[in-house]
Amino acid sequence: MNLAQGVLDGDRLALARTLSQVENGTAEGKSALSALFPHTGKAHLVGITGASGTGKSSLVNQLARYYRQPTQTGKPRTVGIVAVDPTSPFTGGAILGDRIRMRDLAGDPGVFIRSMATRGSLGGLASATSAIVQVLDAAGYDLVLIETVGAGQSEIDIVRLAHTTIVVEAPGLGDDIQAIKAGILEIADVLVVNKADLPGVENTERALRGSLSLSHPPAQRVLHHGRMVNVPGQPPPDKDELVWIPPIQRTVALDGTGIPELADAIANHKIYLEATGAWQRRERWRLQTELDLLLQNTLVTDFRAHLPAGAYEQAVDELVSRRITPFQAVESLVSNADIKYKEAT
Amino acid sequence: MNERKIRVLIAKPGLDGHDRGAKVVARALRDAGMEVVYTGLRQTPEMIAEAALQEDVDAVGLSILSGAHMALVPRVLELLKANGQERVKVFLGGIVPDEDVPLLLKMGVIGIYGPGTLSDTYISDIRKALLAENA
Repeated sequence: MNLAQGVLDGDRLALARTLSQVENGTAEGKSALSALFPHTGKAHLVGITGASGTGKSSLVNQLARYYRQPTQTGKPRTVGIVAVDPTSPFTGGAILGDRIRMRDLAGDPGVFIRSMATRGSLGGLASATSAIVQVLDAAGYDLVLIETVGAGQSEIDIVRLAHTTIVVEAPGLGDDIQAIKAGILEIADVLVVNKADLPGVENTERALRGSLSLSHPPAQRVLHHGRMVNVPGQPPPDKDELVWIPPIQRTVALDGTGIPELADAIANHKIYLEATGAWQRRERWRLQTELDLLLQNTLVTDFRAHLPAGAYEQAVDELVSRRITPFQAVESLVSNADIKYKEAT
Repeated sequence: MNERKIRVLIAKPGLDGHDRGAKVVARALRDAGMEVVYTGLRQTPEMIAEAALQEDVDAVGLSILSGAHMALVPRVLELLKANGQERVKVFLGGIVPDEDVPLLLKMGVIGIYGPGTLSDTYISDIRKALLAENA
C-alpha cells in the first residue's frame, strides 16, 4: 500500500498508519511526509492551550461539533484533531485521555482524532506534532485543532505551530499578576474564560482584560485626583495597518454556551491574518523554525557519528571532574571530529 | 526520536459503570511503558473500532462486567476486521464465566483476565502476542 497516496485518497486506515510511521520517525514515515508536503499549507491550524482542568478537550469537542454543522455559506467543515498528553518521565508510558471528552464526535467521517504522547518533549507538544499536523493538513481537513498538554507558563511551542492560538482559562486559577507574566497569555490570539457558569468568572475576565489593556491601552478621559485627565492610549497605528487585540470569550464547554461566538473570533483572526500578510509571515516563521530544528538534529547526529570512539564520554568525564569547562569541551570535540563540510574556496 | 511504542486502547463497551478495573489496567500498562488511549465508559463497538482505527493501536483491552460479552466481543472483532485491523490483539477483563472462555479464545481473543490477575500476566501476554506478529 502506498501510504501517501492512501492519505490523499481519503483512506482512513492509510492515514492512521502514516501518522504512526511519522510519529515513530521511520524511513517510511519520512518518505510519506516528503510526498505529502506539497499538499500542505491549506488547513487553518488552531492551537488550544491552557492549564490542566480548564476544559480544553471539552472545548475542542464543542468546536468540532460546531464546525460539523452546515454553515450559511456552504458545507460543514472537516476537522482533524491532535490531542497531546504527557509521557511519564520514569516509565516512558502515557495515558492518553482526551478522547473521553470527545465522544460526541464518534461516528462522524468528517472528523479524525489522534492522541499522542509528548515522548520527552517539554514545550507542550511532542516533537513529532508538527509533522502529524502536516499529514492531517495534506489529508484535506479544513481545520486542524491542536490541543496541547495541560500547560503552565512556558509550554508555548504551540505558537510556532498554529495560525491561531486559543488560551483557555477558568475562574479561580490566579490573580492579575499571573495574567501579566510573560508566556502563555502573551501568545493568545483569542482568550477563553471557560466554565463561565462558575462563580468568579467576572474576576477572571477583569484580570485578563486588565492585562490586555496594559499592552493595548484605550484612549480615555478620566477623573484623576479631582481633575479630568486625557489619557492618550496607544499611539495610532500606521495607516492601513490593522491591529489585533485578543478578544475574550466566555464559554461553557459542557453545554456549548459561547461556542458560536468563539468560532466567529477564530474566523475573524484568520481574516485578520490574511488581510495583513501575517498568515504568510507565520508560515515562513514556522517552516524556518522546523528547518532549524531538523538541521540541528541532523548535524548533531552526523557530528557524533564522526567522533573518535569514546571521545564524547571522555569529555563528559572531564566535565564532571571539573578538569575542563563546557566551552573547552565543545572546542576539543569539534577539533577532534573527523568531519569536514565543503569548504568555501 | 526513533522508537516503537506499544499503543493500547482501553475501552468499556456496554452499559455497566464499573471502570475501576479498566483504570487499574490502563495504569499498569502505562507503567510498563506503553501508550494507553483511554476512552471511558459506555462505548459502542462502533466507537471502539473507530477509535482503534484512528489511533492505530496494537491492542484493544475491553472491560465488561455486564454479562454482555458474548454479544459485544464478536461485534468488536468483526468491526476491527472490516476496517482492515484484523492484526489488532484483543484482550478482555471483567467478569466472564468459565464456560465462555474457550469460545472467546476461539474467536481470537488473546487472553481473559478476571479480578485478581497480576498485571505482569497480561503485560507479558500482550508483548508476546505482538512479538509473534512482528517476527
